[in-house]
Amino acid sequence: MSLDLATTRRIAKLARIGLEDNELEATRQKLNGILGWIDQLAEVDVTGVPPMVGTETETLRQREDKVTDGNCRDALLACAPETSGPFYTVPKVVE
Amino acid sequence: MLTGLTLTQARAGLAARKFSARELAQAHLDAIGRLNTALNAYITVLPEQDVLASADAADARYAAGTAGLMDGLPIGVKDLFCTKGVRTTAASKMLENFVPPYESTVTANLLNAGAVFLGKTNLDEFAMGSANMSSAFGPTTNPWTRKGDESTALVPGGSSGGSSAAVAAGLALAATGTDTGGSIRQPAAYCGIVGLKPTYGRCSRWGTIAFASSLDQAGPMTRSVADAGLMLEAMAGFDAKDSTSSNRPVPEFHKAVGKSVKGLRVGIPTEYRAPGLPADVVAMWEQGIAWLKAAGCEVVDVSLPHTRHGLTTYYIIAPAECSSNLARYDGIRFGLRKDAPTLDGVYEATRAAGFGQEVRNRILMGTYVLSAGYYDAYYLKAQKVRTLIKRDFEQAFENVDVLLTPTAPSAAFAQGENMDDPVQMYLNDIFTVPASMAGVPALSVPVGLNGVGLPLGLQVIGKHFDEETVLSIGGALEAAAGFTHKPSVHAGAGA
Repeated sequence: MSLDLATTRRIAKLARIGLEDNELEATRQKLNGILGWIDQLAEVDVTGVPPMVGTETETLRQREDKVTDGNCRDALLACAPETSGPFYTVPKVVE
Repeated sequence: MLTGLTLTQARAGLAARKFSARELAQAHLDAIGRLNTALNAYITVLPEQDVLASADAADARYAAGTAGLMDGLPIGVKDLFCTKGVRTTAASKMLENFVPPYESTVTANLLNAGAVFLGKTNLDEFAMGSANMSSAFGPTTNPWTRKGDESTALVPGGSSGGSSAAVAAGLALAATGTDTGGSIRQPAAYCGIVGLKPTYGRCSRWGTIAFASSLDQAGPMTRSVADAGLMLEAMAGFDAKDSTSSNRPVPEFHKAVGKSVKGLRVGIPTEYRAPGLPADVVAMWEQGIAWLKAAGCEVVDVSLPHTRHGLTTYYIIAPAECSSNLARYDGIRFGLRKDAPTLDGVYEATRAAGFGQEVRNRILMGTYVLSAGYYDAYYLKAQKVRTLIKRDFEQAFENVDVLLTPTAPSAAFAQGENMDDPVQMYLNDIFTVPASMAGVPALSVPVGLNGVGLPLGLQVIGKHFDEETVLSIGGALEAAAGFTHKPSVHAGAGA
């Protein structure tokens, strides 16, 4: 499958990576090269083969439904690039 | 020479009080002071007083007779493990100033065992790379050079390239690494040291910055196979905070080294005899086969028919998981932030500024293979092929105890080589990726030098949770090879 510029722009948007117009074509070429190589997989017959999810060495566990962590608001907020009181800040979303 | 010891030797020296943990730590801090500018193996070196304080605490435990498994042993920590109060960057601008408020389980286990941390070692950005060239803090240089061409700087491999360079050059007795598709084994081979990727689930992933969660696994990078066993023992263990952590008991791994390998069956995967494999790599492989036969192993050919699809499958699954994992870097709760007038604008500007080229490309590739209309053709297909790859190993292990292969298709290459074509770079992982896909343990052991004096490694792959047999075979290879070569840059040189 060949990747076009519009699709490259769309996946950059989905991934929330702001690419300049002049970076789009170079990115498209790099990804297209990798995709051309990956297309070899088309020749593998996977009829009736289940997908492998994780490495399936352990089964998922359940634990007691109780709080085991928390009360670390200040430590977490200390990592934030911008805060206001006990809150993270973002640009105004609702106009 | 305190910087040239194995963990096992240093542990014995400390226990016998031949030298103190403080002397051992100081020798390493001095070596880092002299050589780290040239090698760039560490992104962050811990403050001298902190290192010496941990060493003093270790000395006190030796005096009290309460020393742990790794007590007083100075090691490097790949800068992908969160360390409480110590900057953890993942070699990315995104986390340039990130100081975690918590400790990863693996590093907590090592601290509990008494290890002394020297600093945080360099890596490819977010562990994505095979050359340590994508670090936002500059590349690490391999302490080894080609004979007759000493001025050409070589890569240490990647992604755990700072760890492998530090251990090879005497800037740490050992170091932690992480391996997603070969990131412990390939740099170990390129730098002439031992690297062990344990079975998926052996070491907790909690607090290790995630790249591809179904593949990521922490492991030791050391100077001997017994050291790898010792350090894995300290790192491994059940952790309720990682849903994929195994609750099997942790054996005394180091005791597996030195055990007789007589009668063990060693499989040689015919598909790994790739056309174009360099003659020196083939010769080393043949030598390894001969050594194991001489040690009493039975060597048989086996087939892993889906080998050639390992890499392509990996380069769908790993980017897919990476795009999902790295969605968290949005500039809001931690890490870099670039301001913009809208919320989406903040995300886009932050992620464009914070991620390097390779990381961006992998996120985009992952986003593509997971996006509507392509998910079945790429991601689901790759997961099915992964099942076939895992079955290949399970079938092979019905007849053999371990597999023996080269670790990498070449010795270390020059900085700047293989940079234009990502597929060319990815081919470095051709022999390491399949074991990662299957989740089985694999070890790289240095066994010799090629024609220009660069180390080559052999890989021993074992059954799920059978690191012990892998270590026994690795120990036999190590004993036969007697690899004692030193790189041109190391702490003991000219001293």
